[in-house]
Amino acid sequence: MTNLAPRTEPNVPDATMALATAAAERGRKPRSPWRMMLPTMTPWLAFGLVLVGGIALFGIIGPLLVQDPTTIRDSGLQPPSAEHILGTTQTGQDVFAQLAFATAGSLQIGLIVGVLATILSAFFGILGAYIGGFADEAFSLFSNVFLVIPGLPLVIVISGFVPQAQRGLWTIAVVLAITGWAASSRVLRAQTLSIRNRDYVAASRVAGERAGRVIAVEILPNLLPVLASQFVFAVIAAILGEAGLSFLGLGASNSSTLGTMLFYAQNGFALSLGAWWWFVPPGLIIALFGMGLSLINFSIDEIINPKLKNVRLHRKRARVAARLERSRVTRERKAAA
Amino acid sequence: MNYFVRKLGFYLIALWAALTLNFLIPRLLPGNPVDILLAKLQQRGGIVTPDTRKAYELLLGGDSSEPLLVQYWNYLINIFRGDLGVSVSYFPTPVIEVINTSLPWTIVLVGVSTVLATVNGVALGAIVGWKPGTWLDSLIPATTLLAAVPYFWLALLLVYFFASTLKLFPSQGGYDVILDPGFSWEFIASAIQYGFLPALTIVIASVGGWLLGMRNMMVSTLSEDYILTAQAKGLSPGRILRHYAARNAVLPSVAGFAISLGFVVSGSIVTEQVFSYPGIGSKLLSAVTNNDYALMQGLFLFITLAVLVANLIVDLFYGLIDPRTRVNA
Amino acid sequence: MTISEETRTRTGSDRPAVISIEDLSVVYEVDHPVTAVKNASFSLAPGEILGLAGESGCGKTTLAYAINRLHKPPARISSGSITFHDRDGSDLDLMALNEDQLRAFRWTKLSMVFQGAMNALNPVTTVRAQLDDVLLTHRPEMSKKERTQRAGDVLERVGVDRRRLHSYPHELSGGMRQRVMIAMAMLLEPQVMIMDEPTTALDVVVQRDILREIVRLRDELDFAVIFITHDLPLLLEISDRIAIMLRGEIVELGTADRIYRAPEHEYTRQLLSSFPSLSGSRGAFIRTGDDEGQVQRS
Repeated sequence: MTNLAPRTEPNVPDATMALATAAAERGRKPRSPWRMMLPTMTPWLAFGLVLVGGIALFGIIGPLLVQDPTTIRDSGLQPPSAEHILGTTQTGQDVFAQLAFATAGSLQIGLIVGVLATILSAFFGILGAYIGGFADEAFSLFSNVFLVIPGLPLVIVISGFVPQAQRGLWTIAVVLAITGWAASSRVLRAQTLSIRNRDYVAASRVAGERAGRVIAVEILPNLLPVLASQFVFAVIAAILGEAGLSFLGLGASNSSTLGTMLFYAQNGFALSLGAWWWFVPPGLIIALFGMGLSLINFSIDEIINPKLKNVRLHRKRARVAARLERSRVTRERKAAA
Repeated sequence: MNYFVRKLGFYLIALWAALTLNFLIPRLLPGNPVDILLAKLQQRGGIVTPDTRKAYELLLGGDSSEPLLVQYWNYLINIFRGDLGVSVSYFPTPVIEVINTSLPWTIVLVGVSTVLATVNGVALGAIVGWKPGTWLDSLIPATTLLAAVPYFWLALLLVYFFASTLKLFPSQGGYDVILDPGFSWEFIASAIQYGFLPALTIVIASVGGWLLGMRNMMVSTLSEDYILTAQAKGLSPGRILRHYAARNAVLPSVAGFAISLGFVVSGSIVTEQVFSYPGIGSKLLSAVTNNDYALMQGLFLFITLAVLVANLIVDLFYGLIDPRTRVNA
Repeated sequence: MTISEETRTRTGSDRPAVISIEDLSVVYEVDHPVTAVKNASFSLAPGEILGLAGESGCGKTTLAYAINRLHKPPARISSGSITFHDRDGSDLDLMALNEDQLRAFRWTKLSMVFQGAMNALNPVTTVRAQLDDVLLTHRPEMSKKERTQRAGDVLERVGVDRRRLHSYPHELSGGMRQRVMIAMAMLLEPQVMIMDEPTTALDVVVQRDILREIVRLRDELDFAVIFITHDLPLLLEISDRIAIMLRGEIVELGTADRIYRAPEHEYTRQLLSSFPSLSGSRGAFIRTGDDEGQVQRS
């Protein structure tokens, strides 16, 4: 997954002025500010929510409903059947049950790392930008250095030095968070700088408000959509990163995640023996979950930048208008001929 | 000029940070790496002299009585002399030689794949973004699926389809082992054949990100005033697309290259693992499995160095294509 | 005074108008369609400066863009015609031109100067490149040397040093950028120039210089100008005729002199009295400025 960075501001010259006037004339009340903070429902957002919700549900409730994933049977590498919806592994374990537990494991670590990484990036990004001056330069340099040093190799090296026995869930989570916060902090810093320079913040500071209060009341509410968007990215990156680690055999020693499943699948020669039911589903879940989160992020983008919503809404109208104009010209040309 | 000097300075600082990390990590984490290493060495029939122990302690830290700062200084001197220690899993080959044999493979694989993915992604993104509202554009959310696919899973799928099932490409290795490495046509052709699937994995997994980024920026750029001016000037659509729209829209993608490269490097490591491709990535992994700490450190250093150099080149390139960076403050 | 008499005072030219707009309406096709321009009709005489005044959102920019068919969907021209009467005697129905004809028409016969040249110039290419591509597109027979020569010539004509050809837009001051925009608009010696608030973002002293340039160039090259601004006193200074727009409609159209002395529409009167004067007694504006009664808007 690369480059799924949030979009920057477009400058859509549109009929907003005329629309606003027209709306005011019709006597329509403007929407409440809280309603404006929530995204509007679009088919893609709905699809994204279904994906994320469905997989999350699968991870939470699934382990309670499926059979024991660790039971070893004689019937190894069986394709999907009535008894085993997704077939069995090399040692006869039920793939579907494993999938449920693995999804839970991945989601759990994704969430933990997402929260940790967001806290780190918020600290280094927002605080530094707000204080300004040397602190800002220092924090910014720090995040840039961390950004540029390659993440996975660093994680591998750290994991490699920690003895197997001590590689617990929290160790891995902390390591992933430490190597993953840098990109978000750059975005948060840029956003904080732009908000900090706006008039209403300057007014607060001139009026003598304490820094803590200015941050809490003026800056944070405006940062909420961006924070939400960065949190979503952090979760996607965490799940992918952890899956990669587990796949390489370097994950948390006692956990079971989607990456771990793929690790066993590869070591159990699922590929060469053609046991697609073993290695396709785990990766598919990761990809679909990532896709769902990205789609939700598209909608959050529209809150961060309301003009994007206009772009979407106007697309259809633009087509209609262009068509109407073309047909009028052809009609008049035919009439003149 | 100021811009270029600043960038160079930054990367030197980053390099220093990487070196320091490399120095600190084995010393900060639990465990006694030198003892484990020497034990492994003896297993392989190596002879452990006090000098050997001292050399490893310099790299990894031990209960040496020297103060930390002195150790640090000696470590830095060694690194600059090119002495990265001796590999345990490839004993008695020095680490630097192991790296030299595997580095070119990775650089070629990742370099070629990244160039292909970038050029295609940016071009496709520009085309799709140029005409917002077409059916192509409504497929954009679907590309998020592509961008979220894990590298190694994609690699597994490709191996399954093309290697195991269709038997079109080999599934393991960097070249046909009966051939001698060298610059013969036979060897190069074989290398291409073996490298095709790994490269395809990296390209498919990373092109989505470039495409999305470029397309989003095109949509923003198209509403800028200078595009309107260009249209009012009666310029051809092709000229506007290339010189006005894409030329500006590509800037953030270049600026964000560092992040993209980070993902590609991670992805290439796991891809090399799946394909047993003889690059730095798979060497790093086998070093971990074999507790070959010196090799691990050396590889990490070189991977970081390669990434830093690549980023520096791209940053300098950005300074060329965006004249606003050259403002004398 | 009829329109023909009014224009004859300005030039002794052969044709009565270079652009005729008849009954033009522009509609924004949104959920509840908004008519941005309602039945606009006027003609532009060759070489005249026609001022187009009105408050923000009255539709003057939409009208200007529509003339050059630069309006973007969901805006569309719902009725009316735009005719260009060329110097060589032919008439062009601008609505009927196809893409290629439109591109050939643009800038050669009619060029535009946009507001806030901050963003109207491509930030990543040089001034030379941006002047050059106009010539490359419309005068392909010129050689590179000739193109560079001509680009330098137009720059000097607007008072910018020829060496600025190698600068990037961000290296120029606001006033200089606006001059570059004007130079660019003059490259092919068009018959009409549409200027959309060209001096609004500039300091008043710079503004005056630019305006003098524009009038001087018009006297030299004899092109017509549609000058769009909300600044009515400015138009009174430089325009031959002025059109006042209110909520999409042209509510008054006449010579600058007549508008100033004897405005007919209430809104014109209101506009005229809304600007403080540098002469007269201090405080008079505040006390009596808006006593003339508000125009009923709703």
